Amino acid sequence: MDNYADFLLWVRGPAFHIALAIFLFGILLRFFEIFSLGRRTEYAEVRGNAFLGGMRTLFTRFLPEKTTLKRILFLVIAGYLFHLGFFITFLFFDPHIVLFKSALGFSWPGLPAPIINIVTLISLLVMIALLIYRLNHPVLRLLSGFQDYLAWTITFLPLLTGYLAFHHMIHPYPLILALHILSVELLMILFPFTKLMHTFTFIIARWTTGARAAQKGVSL
Amino acid sequence: MLKTPTIGESLRNEGISRREFIKFCATAASLMALPATMIPKIAEALSNTPRQSVIWLSFQECTGCTEALTRAHAPSLENLIFNTISLDYHHTLQAASGTAAEEAREQAMHKHPGEYLLVVDGSIPIGNPGYSTIAGISNQDMFLEVAKQAKAVIAVGTCAAFGGLPKAAPNPTGAVAVQDLLRDKPLVNVPGCPPIPVVISSIVAHYITFGGLPDLDNLKRPLPFFGQNIHDRCYRRPFYERGQFAETFDDEGAKQGWCLYKLGCKGPVTYNACALFKWNDAVSFPIEAGHGCLGCSEPNFWDAGSFYDALSIPLPGAAKAAAYAGIAGTAVGIAAGALNMYKKSTAIQQREVVTVDDLERK
Ligand code: SF4
Ligand code: SF4
Repeated sequence: MDNYADFLLWVRGPAFHIALAIFLFGILLRFFEIFSLGRRTEYAEVRGNAFLGGMRTLFTRFLPEKTTLKRILFLVIAGYLFHLGFFITFLFFDPHIVLFKSALGFSWPGLPAPIINIVTLISLLVMIALLIYRLNHPVLRLLSGFQDYLAWTITFLPLLTGYLAFHHMIHPYPLILALHILSVELLMILFPFTKLMHTFTFIIARWTTGARAAQKGVSL
Repeated sequence: MLKTPTIGESLRNEGISRREFIKFCATAASLMALPATMIPKIAEALSNTPRQSVIWLSFQECTGCTEALTRAHAPSLENLIFNTISLDYHHTLQAASGTAAEEAREQAMHKHPGEYLLVVDGSIPIGNPGYSTIAGISNQDMFLEVAKQAKAVIAVGTCAAFGGLPKAAPNPTGAVAVQDLLRDKPLVNVPGCPPIPVVISSIVAHYITFGGLPDLDNLKRPLPFFGQNIHDRCYRRPFYERGQFAETFDDEGAKQGWCLYKLGCKGPVTYNACALFKWNDAVSFPIEAGHGCLGCSEPNFWDAGSFYDALSIPLPGAAKAAAYAGIAGTAVGIAAGALNMYKKSTAIQQREVVTVDDLERK
């Protein structure tokens, strides 16, 4: 691989295939593991509908409760901004949509590049602010381990390289485009084996918590 | 011994006026991004230098490169440049054939050892010497022999520069590019399928004027022509920014001239001068004609997936990888799940029941 053009072909081809395979393999493995563990038998008297309770909690947990909200207002707002920004960029930038279309067979309208540009910039700044907050908060700092910083880094890199590529800030362009794709592949590879798996598991976790409580007659 | 006529002399013999000649020099200077003050220098160098001896070797190629150079509109820079060189050997263009042709090559080599320019189009098969031969000499042998005494080598077209279509997977002839065989000689790659004719002539003009090659990028392409990518120079770029894309070749977007990204345009990763110089006497270029850029001046463009797949779509093979991963993930997942369930059930079976009475007794 003696030039950037070959590098780009490698990340678009073999590297992507490997990353995709590990991503899917890891996710399937994690789901089988989680579901095969099953739920503990509930001996309490049934006092409510577990399914509906689970569904309710799934949504009510999108908003923190009032006292918590007051204490961690910054985290809530920053967390929302970053998550929304990340997914808007990921799902509504036209070149990304073309990729989804080729994989899924259907597509949706994209957003104009200048909007994606601003959203990405906001996400980047918010992520940096969140990192500074984490490093400075006495409790959060103690709670944070290697995996938290790893998760931050592999999420930050695709946004950063994407932003640099979009603005042609690094020359030659095929090189930064290749680095962008590579950073996404890194994210895909580590995704199933890190806390990033919460992208999917939050649904199971919330539902289970809500369902258990509902069955006992408690609504969360 | 007969004196080799200077370029000035031969141009005058051809009936080319001083005015036309200066115009050529000015164009060449501007193409190579040289200041106007260089025009007299170019003119002087060109008129007083003996015509540069050039040996042109064609290997595994389709003759498209030569066609592009010779079919350029007359009177043109390209015709002028043919007057500034003495094309001592060119398979396609020379009248001589067979032994006589090979003699001409030998003669040129011996007459100007270490002085002639070697132009190559086509890739060189090294899989088996018999795949492509000229007068019984394998391409590789002929290339190495002629290159040894050359002053500099110009690889014309993507086949010579990067291997091109003959090198496409599975590369049946073991085709390689000029740069894979050439050591210790100045080399310039002029890729393109075909390359833009005026680039070739300008490089020759540069060589005659300054005695050397222009600045090159990391793929040995002349920077004045390959320094910018198509996307950056594309007049459809505002549509790209606004997210207005043609989805098919005949939809409303296509008629409105919107961006061709979704139809497979490789302009964003392609360095070439098409958007600037255009083709057919600067009439148009592919994107202007409604077709995405193929990326023909980039290495491996022939193996970079479908021409009609957008740049963000991975190369073919993802579905297969996903299928294997799905099967493996399911199998290992079921195994891990079974192990978990087994552990759980044995734990339940081996559980010691401890009652309140047991605890009080202790
Ligand atoms: S048509 Fe191609 S080169 Fe032009 S703006 Fe669109 S993607 Fe870029
Ligand atoms: S537009 Fe692209 S594919 Fe077409 S000739 Fe130019 S560089 Fe090659």
